[in-house]
Amino acid sequence: MTPLSRHGRLLPALGLVVLLAGCGGNENTLDPHSRAEGKITQIFWVVFGFSAFGFGVVVFLLFLGWWRRSKETLPFGGGEKAATGLVVGAGVALPIVLLVALFVYADLFAMKATGAPPRGSAQLTIDVTGHQFWWEVRYEGTSAVTANEIHVPTNTRVAIVTHTADVIHSFWIPELNRKMDMIPGQSNRVLIDATKPGVYAGHCAEFCGLQHAHMVVLVFAQPRAAFDRWLARESKPVSGSPPPEFTTKGCADCHQVRGTQAKGHVGPDLTHFASRTTLGAARLTNTRTNVAEWLRDPQGVKPGNKMPDLGLSNADVQTLTSYLESLR
Amino acid sequence: MAVASPPVRRRIDRLERIWAERPGVLGWLTTVDHKRIGLLYFWTTLVFFAAGGAEALAMRTQLSQPEEKAIGPATYDQLMTMHGVTMIFFFIIPMTTGAFGNYLVPLMIGARDMAFPRVNALSYWIFLGSGIFIYSSFLIHSAPDAGWFDYVPLALKRYDGGLNIDFYALGLIFNAVSSTVASVNMIVTIFRLRAPGMSWNRMPLFCFAMLAASLSLLLALPALVLDCVFLELQRKVGFHFFDVAHGGSPLLWQHLFWFFGHPEVYIIVLPAFGIATSIIPTFARRKMVAFPLVAMAELLVAFIGFGVWAHHMFATGISSSVLVLFGAASMMVVIPSTIQVYAWLVTVNLGTPIFRAPLLFIGGFITFFVLGGLSGIMFAAIPLDQATTDTYFVVAHFHFIIFGAAVFPLLGGIYYWFPKVTGRMYDERLAIASFWVTFVGTALTFFPMHIVGLLGMTRRVYTYQHGLGWGIYNLLETIGGYILAAGLLMIAGNIAWSMRRGIPSGRDPFNGGTLEWATSSPPPHYNFAVIPTVRSAYPNWDEEDRENDLLRLEDDELVLSTGHETPLSTVNDAALDRVAEMPPESPWPIVVAFAVSIAFALVLTTHYVAAAAFFAAAVAAVGAWNLNEPEEA
Repeated sequence: MTPLSRHGRLLPALGLVVLLAGCGGNENTLDPHSRAEGKITQIFWVVFGFSAFGFGVVVFLLFLGWWRRSKETLPFGGGEKAATGLVVGAGVALPIVLLVALFVYADLFAMKATGAPPRGSAQLTIDVTGHQFWWEVRYEGTSAVTANEIHVPTNTRVAIVTHTADVIHSFWIPELNRKMDMIPGQSNRVLIDATKPGVYAGHCAEFCGLQHAHMVVLVFAQPRAAFDRWLARESKPVSGSPPPEFTTKGCADCHQVRGTQAKGHVGPDLTHFASRTTLGAARLTNTRTNVAEWLRDPQGVKPGNKMPDLGLSNADVQTLTSYLESLR
Repeated sequence: MAVASPPVRRRIDRLERIWAERPGVLGWLTTVDHKRIGLLYFWTTLVFFAAGGAEALAMRTQLSQPEEKAIGPATYDQLMTMHGVTMIFFFIIPMTTGAFGNYLVPLMIGARDMAFPRVNALSYWIFLGSGIFIYSSFLIHSAPDAGWFDYVPLALKRYDGGLNIDFYALGLIFNAVSSTVASVNMIVTIFRLRAPGMSWNRMPLFCFAMLAASLSLLLALPALVLDCVFLELQRKVGFHFFDVAHGGSPLLWQHLFWFFGHPEVYIIVLPAFGIATSIIPTFARRKMVAFPLVAMAELLVAFIGFGVWAHHMFATGISSSVLVLFGAASMMVVIPSTIQVYAWLVTVNLGTPIFRAPLLFIGGFITFFVLGGLSGIMFAAIPLDQATTDTYFVVAHFHFIIFGAAVFPLLGGIYYWFPKVTGRMYDERLAIASFWVTFVGTALTFFPMHIVGLLGMTRRVYTYQHGLGWGIYNLLETIGGYILAAGLLMIAGNIAWSMRRGIPSGRDPFNGGTLEWATSSPPPHYNFAVIPTVRSAYPNWDEEDRENDLLRLEDDELVLSTGHETPLSTVNDAALDRVAEMPPESPWPIVVAFAVSIAFALVLTTHYVAAAAFFAAAVAAVGAWNLNEPEEA
């Protein structure tokens, strides 16, 4: 039913990796597909390596305490003085050296990779606005508006500018970069620069209400030419007018279909609805059956979402589904 | 105390008479005895712990598989919020400072009560009132539901129109009253009521930890209270503190919340450190290595803890220079913890430890604390924090700290001081079994959360989709949760059985080094027949001094059997300053708390005039409480 398919990716095999390998969906923080995420992954494994060692030392000392429980000296024979020395050495000096090194490496140097892309440094700017419980996507410099599915060209510096229409959300594509909160009155910038074509998913990362769990965003990274074709089509309005039910049943009050009288701004833009692979922030795959189910019972499919139950007859549902599926 | 001479027996009888409280239920309602108040706290917080645990199990059941429908999102959000609120404000803080601190600190420093016994009673009754207040929200299905962190704008009236958030904000303000007075009481007690001779360098590390936690609590709570007051003013009266359209800022909530919220973590774990530094020397049968370093580390943790709050906000887009500053502070706070970890490990290695249940729990504590601490360092590496924050990786990290590092010592501490409080031994075999079940349950519940968090599972979700590869880890976590619950029930069973059937333990079954073991089990109302002499950090191991106490009892030196009294000493050297008259039991604390409870309920339902009347009644009751001070010298 859900569109987030599993495709196993292999990771370098080491410790925790054994557990992670092959189990990932496409939201694996440690499976980077951008330079920024590569840096994050690198920091993780560096800290993980030192941590595993440190944890090993502590568990070893605990075990040693039990093993030598009848002996009143340290293993190397020291007494109180040596013990205090050990506390100062292992508890103060060594951590200071390691932490300073980590600080310089992670917080001074590596941090640049995940920092906000400076204005003018990006080749493409996309405004993403969080709503309860979906994502509005606008391509700067075009009239393209879509929802929940962001197309980007690969190997291109794309600045995502985050906004919110209501509460705080957080935009996060685990395989591409850090997360960036969407805060009222503030627009934050985060870089997306996918190195490989593919579909990268992410969940809203800041608790935003009843359907926080079903607020999924998909990033489609595609070669430049394919992306340009997609954007050109997405920018165009549709021709032809919707069936009367689209207005009489209230759809047009909340949704926009560019090129028609429907100019609502509450819910997602539906201009090229049929070109999207999912609906309801990836709650369902975009099939005729699912669209009909959504129209019939939006609160049953995604309880608490902002689309009310419209009380549609079966005939209404069929007409509207056909129309929506024609919006390519 | 072998055979007492007639004058000694007379003195002890007189102490018994002076310090006795009313029998029966009424005695518990009007008590000012720190031990009885400690027990009231203990049993009450256990009830809240059970509630918070039940909420957790319900959530784990809902998350056991993808798209599970056991619990809907509205209920889930209430359970999630109340689990956090309960465990922090109604379990750990009142359990550590209220139950353990209250019961043990006066005994450890050789005092007869807390500095302000009636304030102590007040803090308990206010705490109980605030707990009933916030839990009553479940009766109308309006429990707080915006998470324990309660971010705005989600918590504003526009997005959360019911009483849910009002229960939260008022409940926490209410609860903060209790914690504030309790902290002041603890600080003054530790400053002034130490037995003559107990200078700072001889004070038990447990008391250092309680002092550090109380200072932190006192300084951190105002930020939370202010935040909640702002929120209520916005929700109920229409102010605009968090409203961008009117020049407010939603980040203001976060800054104030985490200015409280991060010190809060240390407030939670410091008492646990204190328990570890009590249990380790006893069972390792030697004093703590690097004692002054550990004492300083405990205070330092509390201090640096105030400079790291923004690491909860690394993904909000605050400027990178601020990020770096808070990243650096977050790394600094590691040092006092490593000092303590190595001090504990080295003490165990240098001593000849007996691995009884309390020490096993401390072993579990060290394991989990280091695990949670190491994953904590990852959050000081800013880019990594920005990737892992708000995922289950964080949930794993802080549960290893809050459950592994804070609750494990509490469980060990329950076993350790059980004979002191009840005069009976717990069942050792069942205790050891309960440790292993709890240990395995904790590891299985929380470890897979690291993995599932790295696989992209965000926090605070009531369900998740099929095909993400998260299901198996969540199922393991749920199984772990039930194992953990079984372990905790074994501990509860052990307590319940041993309270009635345990073999008598005598005064000091473990040969502990601190003063609580110098008096009988359970201790008499007046704690010590004679105020003990202190000449080291482990006075109960100074046999000469303890024999000397008996002689001083014969000589009527610092027995103080003429009044309801305890000695005061100077802050630094703990030289005997003067003898203070302590107030007897009183009905006023519970009356004040009752009036305040009604007042809060009236504010909740926007009956402001009636609420003001009840607040006035509370103030009047405080006046009456003072009129009722004892007159005899």
